[in-house]
Amino acid sequence: MPVARTRSVALLGLSGSIVEVEADLGSQLPAFLVIGLPDAAIGESRERVRAAAANSGCPLPARRLTVNLSPATLPKHGSGFDLAIAIACLAAAGRLDPGSAGALVHLGELGLDGRLRPTDGVLPAVLAARRAGVQRVMVPAANAAEASLVGGIEVVGVASLAEAVSWHGGDVEVVAVDPVLAAQPLEPPLVHSGDLADVVGNPEAVAALIAAAAGGHHLGLYGPPGAGKTMLASRLPGILPDLGLDQSLEVASLRSLSGLGVGGLSTRPPFEAPHHTASAASIIGGGGRLIRPGAAARASHGVLFLDEAPEFPTSVLDVLRQPLESRSISIHRASAIASFPASFQLVLAANPCPCGQWSPKGEACTCAPSVKRRYLSRISGPLRDRLDLELWVPRLTTTATSEGAAGRVSSAEARRRVELARAVAAERYRQTPWRTNAEVPRPWLRGAGGMHPGSRATVAIDRALERGGLTMRGYDKVLRLAWTLADLDGAGVPDGEHVGQANVLRRAPLWAA
Amino acid sequence: MSHNAELGRLGEDLAAAHLEARGFRLIERNWRCRHGEIDVVAAHRACTVFIEVKTRAGDRFGHPFEAITAAKLARLRRLAAMWCEAKGAAAGPPRIDAVAVLVRPGEAAVIEHLEGIG
Repeated sequence: MPVARTRSVALLGLSGSIVEVEADLGSQLPAFLVIGLPDAAIGESRERVRAAAANSGCPLPARRLTVNLSPATLPKHGSGFDLAIAIACLAAAGRLDPGSAGALVHLGELGLDGRLRPTDGVLPAVLAARRAGVQRVMVPAANAAEASLVGGIEVVGVASLAEAVSWHGGDVEVVAVDPVLAAQPLEPPLVHSGDLADVVGNPEAVAALIAAAAGGHHLGLYGPPGAGKTMLASRLPGILPDLGLDQSLEVASLRSLSGLGVGGLSTRPPFEAPHHTASAASIIGGGGRLIRPGAAARASHGVLFLDEAPEFPTSVLDVLRQPLESRSISIHRASAIASFPASFQLVLAANPCPCGQWSPKGEACTCAPSVKRRYLSRISGPLRDRLDLELWVPRLTTTATSEGAAGRVSSAEARRRVELARAVAAERYRQTPWRTNAEVPRPWLRGAGGMHPGSRATVAIDRALERGGLTMRGYDKVLRLAWTLADLDGAGVPDGEHVGQANVLRRAPLWAA
Repeated sequence: MSHNAELGRLGEDLAAAHLEARGFRLIERNWRCRHGEIDVVAAHRACTVFIEVKTRAGDRFGHPFEAITAAKLARLRRLAAMWCEAKGAAAGPPRIDAVAVLVRPGEAAVIEHLEGIG
């Protein structure tokens, strides 16, 4: 058969499209052409495929082979098309059953010896194949476990091209090879071990952290060095509820795309803590042709923690504004637009000033007022506006540290409370696309949602709004947070105390000074 | 005669026999001019066919067809034009074919034929 075809997947961001790989065997002088907008890595696949086929005992015919990747206008990247190209060529040459080859989606990079090497992004590619109604997918043995995380699709893991050809009914001797193993999955930089009960003597901060977890509110932590801001933030993922199946598949897909390796499905939310020297592209994602997700996308359904936030370049902090609003990241390049999910919970931590000694009680800060102002102004107003909760974390006193473990909340206990509060909120938003209080848009909050708790509860903030001490946006933030506090208390509707407490948590005292 | 020239001669004989068996009428073999040589000129289905024969004793140095590079093909085209000029008029539209002969010691020769290679 002079023409044969099979299928593979091209990824753009997290979304994949099925690519048809056609091979035509012409009666011309030997040549090997790959057309259909391939990038340099796919262009080089010609050499890998030719050598791998010859070393697997089924050399490509000495004729002109033309491989077309269709749709031809879709840009394609990476070495994951090697297996599909080899299978299409060998089917065209009559070395295997073309019907069998055409029914599968093939993913994987070939080594010159014919062994299959694992590639990045197998999980999202297999998800895309399943969405397209594909029943079977062939992947390198090293990626088989990752591909099997996707249910409802049969995964065929093969260690070498010879094994793949033989699976398709080709007559080739299969020599047992040492399969190329996947790189060990790297752990996220900060493992969220550590229990909430480790936090000593700061019950207000612990309560606020639980509120942030329950409502999905973005959080700002301010305080002197050594007060425990990082310790608090790193305990936030531990009190968030488990991820659902779709969410954990998305988290694993983003790790797969980042080349971090997927050890298995984790139901725990991710925690990303980029250093303050991070570039905008490393946070938001980027790349000229192959667009890769950044830390913000990897933190989706989990926590993005920016420690020492004023040390980040302002431009880097401000790229987060749009994803915080839309809960997705779009990366525009000349060739394509990729989008990634970005429903992360942002936690910022900052010292109050460069010397770090300022406090609302007026301790020995040596910074000039202008220096302090400039330091904090690196966290721009619009970004700060998106934080529902701001917390002053004071340095501990000796009496607090000598307290016993009694009264401290463990992570397990806190998570139980968070889960209960989230269940109440989810029930309230049953008819809507939202799940947590932080997601509810402002017009719905005041209008169709009918979530105003009544003027008796809001009398204090109503007055502040009248006097101009509170903006309309600030008012809505107080309402959202009040609902979260009410959910945690098991109260049906927020009362005056919830609203008052929310108003206190809304803003840390340090900008006023 | 060197080993390679002998092998080439053997291959051309095998190719000529193969072509005749497939209905080619041989017009000329080893036509030479100062720019080079055409291995076989034959008539086939109203075409004048210029045939390059490549012979190998094994595939250690690649398939015989792989030895026909773009430069060799271009030279063959020029030679074909010269042949037509030298012989007056061509008997039909010209075509260039390639024949690969693989003669492994102690085995039957394998002959492959590509028509209209460019």
